[in-house]
Amino acid sequence: MDWKSRLRRVTRTEAFSGYALVSPTALYAILMLAAPLATILAFSFFKDGYLVVVREFTLQNYIDTWSDEIFRAILMRSLIVSGLVTLVTVLLAFPIAYYVSFHVEASKKSRWLFLITIPFWTSYLIRVFLWKVILGYNGVVNSALLGVGIIDTPFQMLNNVPAIAITLAHAYAPFAILPIFVSLEKIDRALLEAGQDLGESKMMTFLRVTLPLAMPGVVAAVLIVFIPTIGDYVTPELIGGGKLPMVANMIQAQMLPLDNKPLGSAIAVSAMVVVALISFGFVFMNRRFLRGQK
Amino acid sequence: MKLPGLRLYALVYLLFLYAPIFLLPIFAFNDGTIIAFPLKGFTTSWFGQMFGNDTLARAVRNSMIIAVSSAVLATTLGIFAARAGSRFSFPGKGGIMGLIMLPLVLPEIIVAVSLLVVLLGMGMTLSVFTVILGHVLICTPYAIAILNTAFSSLDRSLEEAAVDLGETKWSTFRLITLPLVMPGIISSLLISFTISLDEFIIAFFLAGNEPTLPTYIFSQLRFPKQIPMIMALGTCLVLLSIVLLTIAEYFRRRGIARSGGKDTGGFL
Repeated sequence: MDWKSRLRRVTRTEAFSGYALVSPTALYAILMLAAPLATILAFSFFKDGYLVVVREFTLQNYIDTWSDEIFRAILMRSLIVSGLVTLVTVLLAFPIAYYVSFHVEASKKSRWLFLITIPFWTSYLIRVFLWKVILGYNGVVNSALLGVGIIDTPFQMLNNVPAIAITLAHAYAPFAILPIFVSLEKIDRALLEAGQDLGESKMMTFLRVTLPLAMPGVVAAVLIVFIPTIGDYVTPELIGGGKLPMVANMIQAQMLPLDNKPLGSAIAVSAMVVVALISFGFVFMNRRFLRGQK
Repeated sequence: MKLPGLRLYALVYLLFLYAPIFLLPIFAFNDGTIIAFPLKGFTTSWFGQMFGNDTLARAVRNSMIIAVSSAVLATTLGIFAARAGSRFSFPGKGGIMGLIMLPLVLPEIIVAVSLLVVLLGMGMTLSVFTVILGHVLICTPYAIAILNTAFSSLDRSLEEAAVDLGETKWSTFRLITLPLVMPGIISSLLISFTISLDEFIIAFFLAGNEPTLPTYIFSQLRFPKQIPMIMALGTCLVLLSIVLLTIAEYFRRRGIARSGGKDTGGFL
């Protein structure tokens, strides 16, 4: 029969095999990720009734969200904290990636990367809590400084933005190191020799050859640190003492204790749109470094 | 060129990364209820307190069920996607893979909140099962990242040889492909297990009244009296993660060596 052979021809194509193989995973992602994200988007345009969501189109949630001074202040704080964390993390990470890529013997590289990633896989909550122990009023740093006699009264180092930034910079370190490392590894070492043979100094070779070629990794590192830190819930709660909430804490409050799901959704969508715009802007600014990349 | 300064910086940086982990056992064995210096003396009583705690036992059991199920499901889904991604090209591949890998960059709170709204909307009761649904979603991208390396370093001619020698598609996969990517699969199982065991936000939103290890730890951090025991628990968890990761790393390297690839190092 004709349709049978046609069916066989279709099922034998590479594209069909690819779709068939990827379909269980893709289906799961569509059901458990795409559909819920679409639902949140829809909810943000619905009305909140008592314990129920009224399916009527309204822009009120967004008007409420953006006219709320507290939301604007919290969003601003989240952006500043995430920006600061990203800057600190990437600046601290670049020399490490550079060291491992250029100065560590090839056979020892994976051992270094393993060492760098281990702390990342250990309990996130306990790591965050231990920063509270390190930075606390009678914590490790203060005890050490008091013991040596540098200071007389302990510093107040918790419950502020820098403490949140240090904790998050610690948590996201491997996320920044690995993409930069990968892009440094791809650099053809002959290019560096060429630069120096043509009379550039080491510094200039670094600035004019190494750094531009490493930029795709830096851009990836910035995005992979910036986007998730905006949504961090634990660190503002533990290190900020609950007094410096970020967007995630506000979303949680609307979603669970206050049970206003449409407003919570509108806050979540607003925050994600702002984050996405900033990320696109950042990629656009760096587009000349990304050209020619796959 | 040698830069001694850079090496020193790298060592200081490692110290910064490991500082919290070094402190953990110090306080776990410290005979004092306040987590601060100076230390009081040596005790193992905090470890003793862990046993005989019913809520903790339930949290451990829940976390184990969640982590094992999530690891198996995420790795299975990862095998499909990694195989499809590294072997076949098809229209829309970038978009589909992008969606599957999205949880890697999406803030977890967004994943948690959107799943919560949908699951409650479907009338589901929050339980261990709903946490598994969420954890599979966030573990799958990591599984794919690991399995991609395993599948793409696979020599395709080996499979073609098997087919030429009369094996079917399935028996080729079972006899040739599977053994070659097995180290990648084991590594992916262990990493997914570790991620799920440690995941807080999704469990916090989706577990309902069931405790998991991280949500239990989070609830106890408010009570200063409980902190020493949490430090002891943390020490056990860190040891467990390090053991699991070392095994995962061993299999990952063996997998690369087996398929003759070059080690580019590291997970992710």
